[in-house]
Amino acid sequence: MSKCWDAVIIGGGVHGCSLAYHLASQGLRPLVLERSYLASGGTGRSAAGVRHQFGTEVNCLLAIENIRAFERIQEELDYPWDIEFQQGGYLLIAYSEGQLGQFQENVALQQRLGIDSVMLSPEETLRLVPELNPEGVLGASYCAKDGHVNPFHLTWAYARAAERLGATIRQYCPVISITGDDRGVRGVVTPDGTIECPNVVVAAGPWGPSLVEPLGLEVPLYSERHQIMVTEPVERFLDPMILCFDDGTYWKQTPHGSVIMGIGDPMELKGLFMSSSWSFLEEAALRISSHMPSTLGLRVVRQWAGLYDITPDSQAIIGPTPVEGLYLDLGWSGHGLQFAPSVGRILAQLISGQEPFIPVDALGLDRFQTGRLIPEPACV
Amino acid sequence: MSDKDIVICRCEDITLGEIRSLLDEGFLTVDEVKRISRCGMGPCQGKTCRDLVLQEISLKTGRPVKDLRMPTFRPPTKPVKLGVIARGEEDDV
Ligand SMILES: Cc1cc2nc3c(=O)[nH]c(=O)nc-3n(C[C@H](O)[C@H](O)[C@H](O)COP(=O)(O)OP(=O)(O)OC[C@H]3O[C@@H](n4cnc5c(N)ncnc54)[C@H](O)[C@@H]3O)c2cc1C
Repeated sequence: MSKCWDAVIIGGGVHGCSLAYHLASQGLRPLVLERSYLASGGTGRSAAGVRHQFGTEVNCLLAIENIRAFERIQEELDYPWDIEFQQGGYLLIAYSEGQLGQFQENVALQQRLGIDSVMLSPEETLRLVPELNPEGVLGASYCAKDGHVNPFHLTWAYARAAERLGATIRQYCPVISITGDDRGVRGVVTPDGTIECPNVVVAAGPWGPSLVEPLGLEVPLYSERHQIMVTEPVERFLDPMILCFDDGTYWKQTPHGSVIMGIGDPMELKGLFMSSSWSFLEEAALRISSHMPSTLGLRVVRQWAGLYDITPDSQAIIGPTPVEGLYLDLGWSGHGLQFAPSVGRILAQLISGQEPFIPVDALGLDRFQTGRLIPEPACV
Repeated sequence: MSDKDIVICRCEDITLGEIRSLLDEGFLTVDEVKRISRCGMGPCQGKTCRDLVLQEISLKTGRPVKDLRMPTFRPPTKPVKLGVIARGEEDDV
């Protein structure tokens, strides 16, 4: 293959495709290699939520940019289908004093950074979602500008816009290995041959660490199965996405009318397992119907499983590495879909030698050596 | 009857015309067609439309159906009320 690429991106999830779009917007020529179809990884399995309400400064700053980008993305990417960006809000309910205190801290941080989030009393929470079981509700944190985006359409929209600008996207083309040594990358090996390239970006989710290990890089993340079930569409009854960190439940009604429900389960399988389990259905149905009894009448049509790529501080690992030309975009710990707009732009800036518009040094791989971890408290 | 009048997926009301235009756009696997159009995501979970979409892909690409990529089949096979799952209530279907 004689083509000259400016960057090879491993992984055609939302991050790989956003980065391809942002690189191509700068006149560079990226090549995305996806071993299956676009959005077949974590991206296509997500709960499709986008929010401002995080508990670390860097995530809040990036979140502001994410939502700004979503507000104009349909036009910017000139995409023929609806990307379904909808702002129904996010309601984070506290059932313990500890969680309530954490939300108060988070909201104070968010407000300082200019985010319109507020604390709600139990009465205000129930006024917003009258169908909630009031038992045990101590209060909530709420932001009306949080919402939903369709992960498949978002990924395809980036991919198609990137291609129009000169990017190349190859599906069903796995990367077998990255070539180079601990000083610099030289390219990648695929079943169709070797591709030389001075820049390689690993946006391969939980499958990323094993690709960079031979180059001497240790990426501390593990993967964990997370499951979701979805019901038949019903008339609109719920605007915000609801998260309860105390028991790890979340649920929302999508623009299509179906209700998506999930739980974070400390007992979940670790590793690259992705089969669905009956016990998840039972556990999620029990817990979520106890928060909102009206869900008992909904009919479940499907369930699926996906993987979180979880780091020790539940924060992503992005940016350059000690291996010259090798960049990482990994470890999104279950909240990465929504960060594709801001992080794609930032990585494109880093790769083309510009100053990133938001500093992301705090999210570098070196933090695991320096010990400067920045735990994100707002995660399911 | 034009292909705009032929409904392929009854649950989500998707016509043959819509499927063909997605194939023209370059979406050539059931997985992609399903996720762009919702074809096969409704209550019946693609029991009839999946084979019809496969036939169309086969026609378009000239590859026999048996060589095409099949999507993952996801449980449950029939819509079940949350109440049945949560506390073993009687289902009324
Ligand atoms: C159940 C669940 C719910 C979630 N809910 C939300 C939510 O509400 N909001 C939110 O923001 N995030 C959510 N997430 C997280 C979000 O889905 C991910 O963080 C995000 O999609 C990661 O995108 P990505 O592009 O980095 O990775 P992925 O989408 O996983 O993409 C990586 C791609 O790399 C490909 N790949 C891997 N190895 C190779 C190789 N060797 N060669 C070529 N290709 C390769 C894979 O096939 C895959 O397509 C959720 C995740 C799950 C599982």
